[in-house]
This record gives sequence, structure tokens and C-alpha cells, in this order.
Amino acid sequence: MSFHPQMPYGEGWHKSERFIPEAGADFAFTPEHRAQLEELCTHYPPERRKSAVISALYMVQAQQGHITGNAMRHVAEVIGCTPADVEDVVTYYVMFFTKPVGTYVLQVCRTLSCALNGAEKVTAELCKHLHVKPNETTADGMFTVMEFECLGACDRAPVIMVNNEHWAECQGPGDVATLVDGLRAKGLASLNGCHLVKERA
Amino acid sequence: MFEPVLTKYVNEPGGHTLDFYVQHGGYQALKTALGMTPEAIVDTVKKSGLRGRGGAGFPTGLKWSFVPKDNPKPKYLCVNADESEPGTFKDHVLLERNPHLLFEGCVIACRAIGARTCYIYIRGEFYHLQKQMEAELAKARQAGYVGKNILGSGEDCDIWIHRGAGAYEAGEETALIESLEGKRAQPRLKPPFPAVVGLYGCPTVVNNVETICNVPLIIEKGHEWFAGIGPDKNTGPKLFCVSGHVKKPGVYEAPMDTTLRQLIYDYAGGIRGDRQLKAVIPGGSSTPVLMPDKLDTHLSFDGMVAAGSMLGSAAIIVMDETTSMVWVAKNLTHFYKHESCGKCTPCREGVDWLYKILDKIERGDGEPRDVELLLSVCDNIGGKTLCPFGDAEIAPVLSTIQHFRGEYETYIRTGESPVQSDFRAAEPVSAH
Repeated sequence: MSFHPQMPYGEGWHKSERFIPEAGADFAFTPEHRAQLEELCTHYPPERRKSAVISALYMVQAQQGHITGNAMRHVAEVIGCTPADVEDVVTYYVMFFTKPVGTYVLQVCRTLSCALNGAEKVTAELCKHLHVKPNETTADGMFTVMEFECLGACDRAPVIMVNNEHWAECQGPGDVATLVDGLRAKGLASLNGCHLVKERA
Repeated sequence: MFEPVLTKYVNEPGGHTLDFYVQHGGYQALKTALGMTPEAIVDTVKKSGLRGRGGAGFPTGLKWSFVPKDNPKPKYLCVNADESEPGTFKDHVLLERNPHLLFEGCVIACRAIGARTCYIYIRGEFYHLQKQMEAELAKARQAGYVGKNILGSGEDCDIWIHRGAGAYEAGEETALIESLEGKRAQPRLKPPFPAVVGLYGCPTVVNNVETICNVPLIIEKGHEWFAGIGPDKNTGPKLFCVSGHVKKPGVYEAPMDTTLRQLIYDYAGGIRGDRQLKAVIPGGSSTPVLMPDKLDTHLSFDGMVAAGSMLGSAAIIVMDETTSMVWVAKNLTHFYKHESCGKCTPCREGVDWLYKILDKIERGDGEPRDVELLLSVCDNIGGKTLCPFGDAEIAPVLSTIQHFRGEYETYIRTGESPVQSDFRAAEPVSAH
């Protein structure tokens, strides 16, 4: 059956797949993360702890880099919902990594304003420089290159988000080597961040 | 040029801090609002003519008045800071440089609708802004502007910042509520509207950041002042974001009787490299493209509809003569394919097909029937989904075919783009 009579239904035209993260090692929040999560839960009515599930998953990611099946089960236990509820969230939102990633995850915005300003070239240059394809991690485990949909900073295009929390803005293809070398040498401190005043001054 | 009010201090060093804000008259409107009845606040906002700045342009005062007063359940205010429409970055500036204007607006809006809790739903990608906002919010709480017994008035209003995790769909008000409840950001069937059954089943108002930031200005300067700015029924200052092929991309504040030409050439410095303008997306990626002959149209909600598009989030993406419109449609369709929440079949399946047809054309394998096929698939998506996402995803395809059908046909006939774009990579790198 076809929703549209003229659409071909050959191989590759329609594919759905369900991805289940690997179980991974046993997981439990550190006491600091657990306390932080309990504090966050107080922002919501007591019977609505599930509202904190996204925050809990960010904490998992902060603790072990990516989200595993065991971590999801632990989150479900702590929040008081089912593992399926947590899986629902993990597999929907794009900021959760369900596979191991590099120390630095470089996500290049690929949507229109960034693309009009050369984002494709930035991704190509990054891949060439690091000898990877998009969604791959370098052999030393240092960098993962990904493409990302609109970051909401089109005036500073092209923009790269690093590790879901830090930004490198106005990155032309020529800036790729500087960005990578800066991260290798000084880590996240080397990023220009998001400083309107500094930029416009 | 218009004297900015929302973005007056955005370029001042330290302009985002509580001290600076208070020194420049901040939180005065809150003091005034605490002396007003909730009905008077709603009435003032209604008289000002403020329309929601998130895209739909619904009158804000009217939205607030839908909250039932006799409902015993708690009421909530949710601020939509999930700015993720391609081309839109206006709220980013307010969140980064003027967070106290937002907090002040939140407390006033909560008083107006009888809410004691406000959640600012910020997109996950704006974490760097969230940290700074949390720190400023703590200072506002300490100073008695937010929290229990605000300025000794007996009024309580807690503001919490809730971080999302990357989903364009979370910007739709009912999907935002679902996400806040810890679920997938998928829209709910309306009615019931959130004003009656919203967050946790309670009456809820969802407003955009820019909308809420206008509220203290209306209370402080009066509804006559606000209503006196811009054309009839499109009142108040408006933030416009200009990006793409312009010399000075950025956020510009102007009244809504400003024309597209003024914004692109006077505010944003004109087209980069002094090339020819090819087309403009006037209100974010979900709004139909406009041709240069519409440059003298007012950038108002009603003006843009008259020109055949929408003001949306006032995100203007400018494209010069070197832009392939087939590629533009493919780029934006990729975005929608990626972001479709999957709840409605026409949107979930249809956008995937649209992308595959466009990709086929781009690879040089297009067939003569493909343009008609694209139009036919669009016809099966538009108006057939729970939320406006379906209509949004077909806008780039329909409007580029409408204005640039010849470009599509040449591409299909020759197997090559008739327009060579120097900003494109030599080889495609996308991982799809």
C-alpha cells in the first residue's frame, strides 16, 4: 500500500529502523550528580519528577560521554518512570549521543544561512583535515565530526557547536586548522564563545 | 532610524547584569504592575495591540484572557525560548544581552494570568546562555524581584529555566508542553487549547521570548506609546533578523512599517559583493520565498500576507544570484525531514519523499515528471497534519517551484544545476 500512488516503493525509498543503545557498563549517578538532580526535581510539582528526565540524561552524558541501556534504566529508577519512557526521550532528541563519541564533538550547522556562508566547505575541510567522514571519530578518539541542523546564530554563520555546550562562530574553511589545533593545545578554553559585545566592539 | 527599546543596551558592556538593568530603569514596570489588578494588566496589553512574536501573530492580551479564572488548578506561564526556525536568532540576543527584561516580563505576565510558576523552555543548544541566565536569575531572586513575596507585595512568582535537548518541533506550543512534561516533543490535538488544559493538565499560557520582553515596556510607557509605533494592528517595536548574503547580518529593531528594501539595504548594508538579489525568505524557513519585486512591502504580519508570504518569526534570509533554488529547497527539506516529529503520517512520510526527489534531481537523475510529483506530494501534506509543521515543510518546495520552475526543469533536462554557487563544497559531504 502506498500513501501516494505515484511514489516508487523500491529499495531504499522507505526504511525505518529502531536503534537500541548498547547496555554498557553498570551505571549509577555520582553523589554530586544525584544531589544536583534532586535539586532540579524541586522545580516541578512533586508528582511530576519526569519533567527532569532531559536534565538527568545530560548528567549521564556529562558522567560517561554517551547514553547506554544501563544508564537509561538507572535514570528511569531515579526519576520514577519506565525505561521505555526514557528510551522514548533518548531516541527523539538530537543532543543525546547513543554511541561513544570523541573528546570533542564538532557539530557544524548545515542549515540554510550557514550553508549560504560556506558551511559545506567547512565540513569538507574538517573531514579532510581529520581524515574522517561525517559521524566518524578520529583514530585517536579526540574528535567526532557531525552535521547539525540550525543552531540559531545565523548572523555568525557558519557556526560549529562543540560538545553540546560550547560554540565556535564565524568559522570559515580556513579556520578549521586553527580550531582543531586550539582544541588539542588548550581544550575548550580556546573557543571564541558567544560574545556579542566582544564581536561588535 | 528607529530608536531601539528592546535592544537599546545590547551592545553595552555588562548590559545583561542586574545592576546595569536596575540603574537604567529596570524593574520599575514590575513595581507599577504590582499596584495594578490582573484585569488591568491584561486590558493594557490588549489595548497596546501586542501580537505574539513567535510566528502566528495572535493577540497576546486576548490569549491571556482565555485563562479561566474560576479553575482551581495552578496556572502556568511557559516562555518559548526554543528558537530554532532556520534564519531566526532574535531571541538569542534578548536571552544573551537582556535577560532581566525577560524575567521582569515573566513576573508581570504571571500576575496577569494568575500563575505562580513560570518555565522558560530554552533550547538545548543555548546552554552557554542558560548558565549566564541562571546566575542573573539568582541575583534577581536575591533582590526580591523573583520568588516569594515579590518586593513585599505578597505576590509569589518562581521562574525556572528548563533545558530542551534539540527538537525544532518543541517550538510548537503543545509540543513544548509535552517536552516540559518529560516526553517526546510531539503536538497535541487542539482543542482543548493550552489556556484551558496545558502543562500538567492545568491552564497554561505559552508566549515567545520577544513577546514577553515587550510587556514591561507596555506597562512602563503605556499602551498608547506602544500602539503608536508601526502600522495599524501591527503595533510596537519588532526585532528582525537578517542573514544570508548580506554585508551586515544581525538583529535589527524597527517598527513594522519598515520595508523589506530598507531592512536589507539600509540596515543590513545590502547584498554582499554588490551582487543581484535573487530571492528573499521573509519570515524564517517555513515562509514562502518572495521575489525582488516585493521589496517595497511593509514587514508587518498583514503586509507579508498581502505579498504572498508570512512574517513568521521575522527572519529574513537573503539569497543572491549565485544561489541555486533547487538546492535551497533541498537544504530546507533536509532540515524538515530531520526535524519531523513523526506523529502524523503525511508529514513524516511526505517530507522524506520530498527530500528523496529533490536529492535525485540534485544528483542529476531527475525525471521530467518530478516537478509534478513534488507538487502532488506537497498537496498530500498541506493542511493534513496536527500542527503547522506540514504546511511549513512544503513552503520552500512550493514557492521555489512557483517562482523558479524553469530552474527545476533545466536542472532535470541537463542533469546539472543552471546556477553555480561558489559557497558550495566541490564534493557533497553530507552523511544524510
